Amino acid sequence: MDLYLPIAGVSVNALYIVALGGLVGILSGMFGVGGGFLTTPLLIFYGIPPTVAVASAATQITGASVSGVLAHTERKGVDFKMGAVLVAGGLIGTLAGAWIFRALQETGQIDTVIGLLYVVMLTSIGGLMAHEAATSLGYIKSRKAANRRAHRHNRFLIMLPMRWRFYGSGLFISPIAPLMLGFVAGMLTVLLGIGGGFIVVPAMIYLLGMTTRVVVGTSLIMILFVTAATTLVHALTTKSVDIVLAGLLLLGSVVGAQYGTRFAQTVRPDLLRLALAGIVLLVALRMALGLGWRPEEIFSVQAL
Amino acid sequence: MRRARVALLIILVPLLLGQTKPRLVPDVSQDDIKIVYSFTGAELLLFGAILYPGGRIPTRPADIAVVLKGPVQAIVIREKQKVAGIWMNAEDARFRSAPSFYAVAASKPIPELVDERTAAIYELGLQNLQLSPGGGALPEEARRFEAGLIDLRRRSGLYVEEPTGVEITAGVLYRARIDIPARVPVGAYTAETFLIQDGRVLAGAVKDVRIGKAGFERFVARAADRWALAYGIVAVLISLAMGWAAALLFRRR
Repeated sequence: MDLYLPIAGVSVNALYIVALGGLVGILSGMFGVGGGFLTTPLLIFYGIPPTVAVASAATQITGASVSGVLAHTERKGVDFKMGAVLVAGGLIGTLAGAWIFRALQETGQIDTVIGLLYVVMLTSIGGLMAHEAATSLGYIKSRKAANRRAHRHNRFLIMLPMRWRFYGSGLFISPIAPLMLGFVAGMLTVLLGIGGGFIVVPAMIYLLGMTTRVVVGTSLIMILFVTAATTLVHALTTKSVDIVLAGLLLLGSVVGAQYGTRFAQTVRPDLLRLALAGIVLLVALRMALGLGWRPEEIFSVQAL
Repeated sequence: MRRARVALLIILVPLLLGQTKPRLVPDVSQDDIKIVYSFTGAELLLFGAILYPGGRIPTRPADIAVVLKGPVQAIVIREKQKVAGIWMNAEDARFRSAPSFYAVAASKPIPELVDERTAAIYELGLQNLQLSPGGGALPEEARRFEAGLIDLRRRSGLYVEEPTGVEITAGVLYRARIDIPARVPVGAYTAETFLIQDGRVLAGAVKDVRIGKAGFERFVARAADRWALAYGIVAVLISLAMGWAAALLFRRR
């Protein structure tokens, strides 16, 4: 079923896009991540212009995170104060990201930077996750596992001024730390079309030391608002949000997410995290090879 | 009989005096190509008649070349090179007038029809596009980027060269089929037809072709461009609504 995408300006197989959304949805339901780190590269491999892929993936993540936000709010698994600080940081981050995006587009380095950022980020996060999961499954033994969290917390955060009390998270820390975290996540959302969940969640646990009960819900709230802001930023600056593409992706992913959530409840969470780490590392490897291999197209054209 | 012919000739002479050269009457199968949701490309037929003076077809019939050209753009083309183990854009060149689409078809390969100078004047053939390289570029460098551009667009179907794509029937009727790919840029196109004999262009004619988005596609593209903020808000709302609907739908079960 061929369908012409009005903004991307290409004709795609609609069923393929829905299936892609479904696959990403299953993964995001299983692992509680937005799945943007998979959607964007896959769309680019399929022939969607990178800018349109990044912008429309952000729109899709907004919808994909709605059901998670609803579920976690019901379970009181959201720290709204912390969420508000993260969102504030995230909004500033999207604006900064848009500025960087434009600067990189003008110098022609956007593709390389996107590729490099993906490789660096996915490798480090994937490696960290694989290590953690393997440790808790008993595959590797770690000496520092017990005191790691407290140690980091004290050294890094105590230096920041102006402390607030975050009851939901069980923290008494400076809001500057989550603000910066939100800023980074917002910037990456604009640049890479990812929700930033797989950066924010580990950072909340290991850097901020938040109570794990509210981590996923709070990060989802941030993702929801930041990706919505990203859609607006892209709509206003690059004009590359393809509503039809995002709709097709959503159709698959919102349904897929529901099945993913159900499946996740039947499997050990540590195994899930190990599997996710594997997928993340695979995508990173593919991107790294893409940077090192001689590309199919040496030349690329950009209209002025 | 003979007198009738003379009478006809007398009537026609004043008309034919101004027409010592052959004329072209061109047409296209579609002068407004609409891109709708199911658009996967189109096929454009460029056809027409050659009117020789007095209706006499010469013993060596002339040849036809047709060119379909899209709107001209200023572009920057970048070349990737391996820098520190990574393939990244290293050098670039600017062209002020690169056609976004260019298809040429002729009844014989272009080099057999005209010499290089004539081909360059009429922009016949991919090697003869007037791209106007931007300032400061060395000629050989500009040529390298030009070759890269042509190769790239050729493989994506945006630049087409069909040396024997024009059929001429009975010496007077010609037609050429040009494939338009799905990712064709929108805008005002021109379909040019050239009548060529002995290396000279005897006659030329131009028809306009419009390629544009229509219906829902046109609405979406225009909305994204003109009402960017509203478009963004609607995109977010659709996204939220779909996520919410799915959550509700699956909770009941």
